Amino acid sequence: MAEIQIREALRQAIDEEMGRDDTVFIMGEEVGHYNGAYKVTEGLLDRYGEQRVVDTPIAEAGFAGVGVGAAMAGLRPIIEFMTFNFSAVAFDQILNNAAKLRQLSNGQFTLPMVFRGPNAAAHMLSSTHSQAFEAFYCGFPGVKVISVATPYDAKGLLKSAIRDDNPVIFFESEVMYSVKGEVPDGEYLIPIGQADIKRPGDQVTVVTWGQGVPVALAAAELAAADGIDCEVIDLRTLRPMDTEAVLQSVRKTNRAALIYHGWPYGGTGAEISDRIQRLAFDHLDAPIERVCYEDLNMPYAENLENLVIPSPERALEGIRRVAYFNV
Amino acid sequence: MSPTSAKSPSAPVAARDPDELRRLYTEMLRIRRFEESAARAYTQGKISGFLHLYIGQEAIAVATADLMKPGDRVVTTYRDHGFAVALGCKTGACMAELYGKKTGLVGGNGGSMHFFAKEEGLWGGYAIVGGHVPVAAGHAYASKYKKDGAVTLCFLGEGAMHIGATHEGMHLAGLWRLPIVFVIENNQYAMGTPLSRQSPVEDLTVRAPSYRMTSDRWVVRDVFETRDRLAKAIDRAREESQPTLIELLTYRFRGHSMSDPAKYRTKDEVEKWKEIDPLHRAEKELHEEHGVSEDELESIDDKVTEEMDAAVDFAESSPLPDPEHRFRNHYVEDDLAATEG
Repeated sequence: MAEIQIREALRQAIDEEMGRDDTVFIMGEEVGHYNGAYKVTEGLLDRYGEQRVVDTPIAEAGFAGVGVGAAMAGLRPIIEFMTFNFSAVAFDQILNNAAKLRQLSNGQFTLPMVFRGPNAAAHMLSSTHSQAFEAFYCGFPGVKVISVATPYDAKGLLKSAIRDDNPVIFFESEVMYSVKGEVPDGEYLIPIGQADIKRPGDQVTVVTWGQGVPVALAAAELAAADGIDCEVIDLRTLRPMDTEAVLQSVRKTNRAALIYHGWPYGGTGAEISDRIQRLAFDHLDAPIERVCYEDLNMPYAENLENLVIPSPERALEGIRRVAYFNV
Repeated sequence: MSPTSAKSPSAPVAARDPDELRRLYTEMLRIRRFEESAARAYTQGKISGFLHLYIGQEAIAVATADLMKPGDRVVTTYRDHGFAVALGCKTGACMAELYGKKTGLVGGNGGSMHFFAKEEGLWGGYAIVGGHVPVAAGHAYASKYKKDGAVTLCFLGEGAMHIGATHEGMHLAGLWRLPIVFVIENNQYAMGTPLSRQSPVEDLTVRAPSYRMTSDRWVVRDVFETRDRLAKAIDRAREESQPTLIELLTYRFRGHSMSDPAKYRTKDEVEKWKEIDPLHRAEKELHEEHGVSEDELESIDDKVTEEMDAAVDFAESSPLPDPEHRFRNHYVEDDLAATEG
């Protein structure tokens, strides 16, 4: 076991998959000569050359579409968005092409491709650069959606995503690329669609993913000091969702708090909340809590941003409310 | 715009072999009769959805299909029936798709605007204007990557020249020198808006130098000429991996879709374009220059009409898709769509 950063884990995944399969290539802004805006692709150009590590102009709709077309023709593209905020201008390519072409063509075309990059708020980038896109990309069929929070998950799930024959949206986090963790020396894969219990507990189920994971774990620590024992479930894959893992925990704790980066209105938390109330109604002892972004455009000012983003302290309030603890 | 205003020198036509002309004429006629049958079925309320007809533009699909080698692909717009017929898709399956039947080209998933027939080289009818241009560039990227020698032919309307995705797709094709031919089918109107109210320039190939592409531009009046000039661009893509931008001046004799009475253009204008309709010109040439009798022409038409009647019969007698069909092909794992949500 080596202790590496998330960016290194992602790089290892890409490197190993490119080494194993000539049809895998990576395309995006600054992925090659610049070695990646966040150094995820560092060194790959030297190893694989310009045809497989492809610098693009600033043209997200263009290169996302090129990825779609290349996937239809038998390649396995990894399309890097410098941030998912920029995927907004490529949305048509993902929504109308990547997600639909297999069904539209009645199975004649397969689209084995990954769209990846950092998602959610970083630090003081204001509203256009601080958005969490889960709700948008989980909001339609035809794609799988992954969000990772540890080096181990990042590597194992990215490798699975690259080998998957469906289009996969793969969320990383700008503020978490340097997060370290242990990764096995040998090859491993993590199946898409499996949640992971990041902290076992039996009084409150905390559901989270991606950048919400460290917030949820910190909040669980704070709750433990209050005598509330939280089970923290990292969904890791948002679509298809491991609903059973959540339900299993809720049947035990009878309480759920959803802690995540993203807006509340029509958000991914709303979907999870619906599944819990619909499928585990008789087990619930309290209304489900959602601790996420305030329903606002992200301000730049640090003090204001800290109020909009879920902090461990705000998450703790949610946990205390579902536990009917004195709040 | 009137057809004569496009400055298009008559290219020398290499061969005007009567048998060749008869074959190409028959192919064009097949598309026209297919479209007329579809229009009839639509008017009778037998098919629904949007229906955009290719009547008037047939020579383009026929010339293209004649030039394609195995592995080459056409990526086009929602006005896609003509290419399907020209590329050899079964007309019964095409018609059945319009009827939303199980036997349709894509099993009733796509309808008129979304025809796909990979084996025949039809890599898609795309219904979001301009959205297919980067995808086509991606096919060409894969060809260059795999060195498979295939050429991608990307067709778009003149209306698609003003949306961002088109520019980005062409830009990347130019930057990376992809083996692709972009063909603007300028049928003069983006729905009801004439080019003069869409574009500050009349000649859309003026953009070619900004993508470092060779360009060509002509009025589609003759199927041979169209084939010869397209061939040069296809060769450039195949032999030299150089992209080309072509603008074809053409005309659709029907409205934008079946719901459009086309009141935005004059009868006089339509008549002027009808004079150079490649289908009628081919028919006239066969009769007047090559001695093909009216009876012979009629028998060609009868045979084609028979094929289209059979296509309609096939569509009408075909079963509807199974209810379970709606779950399929959203993912490689067919069961995933049914279990989620």
